[in-house]
Amino acid sequence: MVNTKTSFETETPVSRGNLQRMLRNSRKLLFPLAALILILIGNWLISPNFFNVRIVDGRMLGSIVDIFNRGAPTVILAVGMTLVIATKGIDLSVGAVIAICGAVAAVLIDQTELSPFIVIAISIGAGVLCGLWNGVLVAVFDIQPFIATLILMVVGRGIAQLITAGQIAIFNNPTLEFVGKGVVLGLPFPIILSALVLILVYLMVRRTAIGLLIESVGSNDRASYYAGIDARAIKLFVYVISGVCAAIAGLIITADIRGADANNAGLWLELDAVLAVVIGGTLLTGGRFYLGLSVIGALIIQSIQTGIFVSGLPPTFNLIVQAVVILLILFLQSEEFRRPFTRLFMRMRKQS
Amino acid sequence: MRSRIFPLIATFIVFAVLYLIGWQRFPAFGTTRVIANFLTDKSFLGIAAVGMTFVIIAGGIDLSVGSVVAFTGVFCALAIGSLGMHPVIAFAVVLVIGATFGASMGAVIHYFKIPAFIVTLAGMFLARGGAFVLSQESIPIEHPFFADVSSLYYLFPDRGRLSVIAVLFLITLFVGIILAHFTRFGRNVYALGGNSTAALLLGVPVGRTTISVYMLSSVLATLAGIVYTLYTRSGYPRAAIGLELDAIAAVVIGGTLLTGGVGFVAGTFVGVAIQGVIQTYITFDGTLNSWWTKIVIGLLLFFFIALQKFLTSYRGNFFVLRRRRAAVAPAEGTS
Repeated sequence: MVNTKTSFETETPVSRGNLQRMLRNSRKLLFPLAALILILIGNWLISPNFFNVRIVDGRMLGSIVDIFNRGAPTVILAVGMTLVIATKGIDLSVGAVIAICGAVAAVLIDQTELSPFIVIAISIGAGVLCGLWNGVLVAVFDIQPFIATLILMVVGRGIAQLITAGQIAIFNNPTLEFVGKGVVLGLPFPIILSALVLILVYLMVRRTAIGLLIESVGSNDRASYYAGIDARAIKLFVYVISGVCAAIAGLIITADIRGADANNAGLWLELDAVLAVVIGGTLLTGGRFYLGLSVIGALIIQSIQTGIFVSGLPPTFNLIVQAVVILLILFLQSEEFRRPFTRLFMRMRKQS
Repeated sequence: MRSRIFPLIATFIVFAVLYLIGWQRFPAFGTTRVIANFLTDKSFLGIAAVGMTFVIIAGGIDLSVGSVVAFTGVFCALAIGSLGMHPVIAFAVVLVIGATFGASMGAVIHYFKIPAFIVTLAGMFLARGGAFVLSQESIPIEHPFFADVSSLYYLFPDRGRLSVIAVLFLITLFVGIILAHFTRFGRNVYALGGNSTAALLLGVPVGRTTISVYMLSSVLATLAGIVYTLYTRSGYPRAAIGLELDAIAAVVIGGTLLTGGVGFVAGTFVGVAIQGVIQTYITFDGTLNSWWTKIVIGLLLFFFIALQKFLTSYRGNFFVLRRRRAAVAPAEGTS
């Protein structure tokens, strides 16, 4: 990173003009936000007490809280995935990393006398290692991200099963359980945790030059390299962040069920995370990224699921409704899909 | 061309070595019974993987195949069991559904410019969701046709049974090889995967080829579903979860580049065979746990990708570039 100083200076006006930039992209911002609001209104119409929040034993309860609580792992994954996708990458291994980190935490807490904080640190360390593995394959060996992370996706669950010896590792430890079930200021701890992750990553990428460097590498890594950006280090960095995010999500999931299920923990969550990022308007081809919108994308996915749950519709329709709603959102975002409608609209305006 | 065929040769050598190790430890590896059983057990994976090969050569990806297999099974079970359709008619109907499904995915990918990864992911949700809506439980199929099919086989001298579904697999493979290497469609697929802009400029019907490729993949996934139904004699909405990953792994191990434009259908067969050998070995051994299959397949995947990377980068003067980058990077930027 030779030119960090200069790129930081050129970045300052951009970050000051963040609001301007957001307004310029307001149409992009509009779609996911409108979709989320529409889905929430739809949920409200189906079950009128959707927005009701009760406080029982100093703990908030209600569907809306549930969306944020259940959606926390996907939100955290989506934050990491956004950075990876912004560098023109993809991280398919997060589901497997969740299983590995959950297994590490559950087995260590159950079979050793280590303090839970050290166990959590080791588990996150495992996430860093997984991220480093992916990052080295992508950044140093120049292997396509899809296939590089596919390796860990296939191997990861096997490793998690090795760690738990093929069983569902159950544990009993209030400190570790707090990560998944604790309550702070009336809010479930996963919500606080996901907000913290979002804020930390946001500050890290938008208040320093890192965000700009990531976007630059994603747009054109060769050009960025010639401009003095250490493209490899940036790529390595985003995969490590994604690994850490997966580890945190894994801790939440493991703590929530008080056990590590190597086969099912975080199964297909990588796909939800990628979807969330794409719904949020970040292109799979890399470049500009939108952390906040990815989080909204993750919340959209969760509100569809919660909505189906509270509507009393049989859960068998879960996947179909989810697929249809997501396809609708993606269609509306596709310019090619909108073009005939836009033309019609313009013609109507001309005539009147 | 020679360096393109090298990964295939390497794959074949690895397969041969694994097979010989297995044979050396368990002499039964050499019997036609084991080989015929492998062809039967892996037939649905193999058929789906042939379709996946075409999609990947065309530069795309299809995540929906596992779900399509499950949908096919549930649909057939219901059509035969509840509606009283003859299995052959049910198979024909479900193939048409599969073709329509695949063509729609291809059309969305081509016309709306939504990435294949996302479209086929939605397709995966749709097909799996459709299977769940039809039924939540496993439905057994009682029809004389199924007994007839499983009583049909070719008996090898040492009692290996070449079943109908194994033959279906071999036929699919053969047709796939012809289609990829000896038809205009095949050449279009390679051209599209190599460089879609150049393909368009050269007059390759890009839209038609894209749609056909995804249609082919879904039709073959449906066929795999039919084979799976014949094999298990039931329809189960949770069947074949993650089949697409095994298929992608088989294709990549078989020497097809995920960037598109390069690959062999025959290589995919070797990729499937390697997975079969590892699984058979683990079953024969009895002390190894099944998760070793995943780990070994993952490591092989890594090995082959590293090998391919080495070979393709060598073609692109990997080492020369690295050295020059370090020495005269700024000068190169201006040239």
